[in-house]
Amino acid sequence: MTWARIVLWRLAFAVPLLLAVTFGMFALAMASPFDPVRQYLGERADMTDPQIMADIRANWGLDRPLLEQYTTWLGNLLTGDLGESRSLRLPVAQVIGERLGWTLLVVGCALVLMLAAGLAIGTLAAWKRDSWLDRLVTGTAFTNEAAPVFWVGLLAIWIFSVTLGWLPAGGLTDAASTTVTLPDLARHMVLPVVVLAFSQSSWLLLFVRESVIGVLREDFVTGARARGLRERTVLLRHALRSALLPFITIMGARVPELVTGAMLVEAVFSWPGVAGTTIKAALAVDFPLLAALTLLATLAVVVGNLVADLAYTVADPRVRVLGVS
Amino acid sequence: MALTRPLRKARRHRLALATVAVLVLAVVLVPLIVRLDQQLVDLRSAGLPPSPAHPFGTDEVGRDVLLRSIYGLRVSLLVGLTAAVVSVFIGGLVGLAAGTLGGPVDRLLMRVVDGFNSLPHLLFGVFIVALFAPSATAVVVSVSVTHWTTAARIVRSEVLSLRGRPFVDAAISGGSSRLRIVVRHFVPNLAPQLLLATVLMVPHAIWHETALSFLGLGMPPHLASLGNMINDGQRSLLAGDWWSSLFPGLLILVPTLAVSSLAQYVRDRANPRWRSELNL
Repeated sequence: MTWARIVLWRLAFAVPLLLAVTFGMFALAMASPFDPVRQYLGERADMTDPQIMADIRANWGLDRPLLEQYTTWLGNLLTGDLGESRSLRLPVAQVIGERLGWTLLVVGCALVLMLAAGLAIGTLAAWKRDSWLDRLVTGTAFTNEAAPVFWVGLLAIWIFSVTLGWLPAGGLTDAASTTVTLPDLARHMVLPVVVLAFSQSSWLLLFVRESVIGVLREDFVTGARARGLRERTVLLRHALRSALLPFITIMGARVPELVTGAMLVEAVFSWPGVAGTTIKAALAVDFPLLAALTLLATLAVVVGNLVADLAYTVADPRVRVLGVS
Repeated sequence: MALTRPLRKARRHRLALATVAVLVLAVVLVPLIVRLDQQLVDLRSAGLPPSPAHPFGTDEVGRDVLLRSIYGLRVSLLVGLTAAVVSVFIGGLVGLAAGTLGGPVDRLLMRVVDGFNSLPHLLFGVFIVALFAPSATAVVVSVSVTHWTTAARIVRSEVLSLRGRPFVDAAISGGSSRLRIVVRHFVPNLAPQLLLATVLMVPHAIWHETALSFLGLGMPPHLASLGNMINDGQRSLLAGDWWSSLFPGLLILVPTLAVSSLAQYVRDRANPRWRSELNL
């Protein structure tokens, strides 16, 4: 019951949002001074017969009014046809299909790492509040918040690839290898995953710390301690557990940052995922690919919010039993 | 402990203030003294590590990293400040409209705010810059279009709390028009919040400018900008040249830290009860 209501509520927001975003994309492309046909032909554009250019334009449907272009695209989208990438000369669906997995792999591993590290270190810092450890942790987190992720990525390459020579600087596999093997892949994954997790973890860590500090002051924690429970039980079972509730919602709201982080990390480490491809599509002004990837990212945000809402109902018995207030 | 704590905090904000002052003075004064030729390359002094002659070293085509970093920070600050002012202005107008008009207008505007907030900002920026040739204007537009929502939220909630205050009731009873109340009562009371929102937005806008430039979608490539410099440094990094990407990055990091620590201080000052209770 509650679940159905949440899903319906989110859909009522998501459908207009996705329509608005996609329509906005087409309106921007229409207003853009770029001529995609010239872009496509490059140097040859000056030597090409204007009639042929007009034919290409007509073939791509660029001579149609905005609304018609948009509804055509939308109709094709619903049948699963995302158009053709103009820079890679491949169907957009194929480009996304080949690269989505790599992005999900890196982002998934980074999420797990960031959650584990953020929760553990944040709780520890709250428990050892004002100690040198706490100060080190919060100081690092604040500095990390202010550091651009692409710069942190470059520093990591400099330290671990150039100076120490431990890990490869980028790519999916070694340049010499023709197939993807697991050990090779794992070695190439370490830096992107750790950099993404590190850059995204500082807000989480600070949030967990603050939240646990707040809860440690609550009466029920004093009560638990007074009853002689072990400090570990008080900290993990009582304090951390109730400090986690607001964090689920915030997690959902942070998906846009995660997409941004993935874009920059994939660009720095030449990782062949969809997020880095977005940059390539933008540099090549490849509208069909860029539009599909923007839609995909917005979809990821919508799904992230929905999952957070559903997770909240599982985690909070008040919502589970009584419904959404 | 209890006595040294406030002292330490006070020192921290002074340090932050001094940092901001030094950086602002540097970007204003240095270009008056030393002119940077954006196109000049000097291959004889290419790739030199930091030394007294070049404190930040030289890049792969022999340009002084320190001088270019200062010029780069200037570009970033100008773009960041403009973007921050524009986004707070747009957000302020939307927030005022939502808070003052209320009802369906408020609900609609807040849904629009939610919509913009659920877009990945950088992606949206990339989209805009890709379609409208990379330039300072495109960066400013892409940042302000995606970042006005913060100011809109702040202004709206402030207006909602101002609406219930006695002096507003008095103004209404005195026959003031809606516009007059907004201009004479709401805006002056919002000024400190708007100023803080602008200052806080600047580092974030700088982050966006540098990220876009780093991706090759921001400032024109020959121009000394922090993002362009880190992008250039990326190439020579594999050859062991760490200085041409490290120092420009530090010039993004340091002002951002200083501003956020100043903002923390202002917030604590504005709400001393909150500070003493939470002792954060």
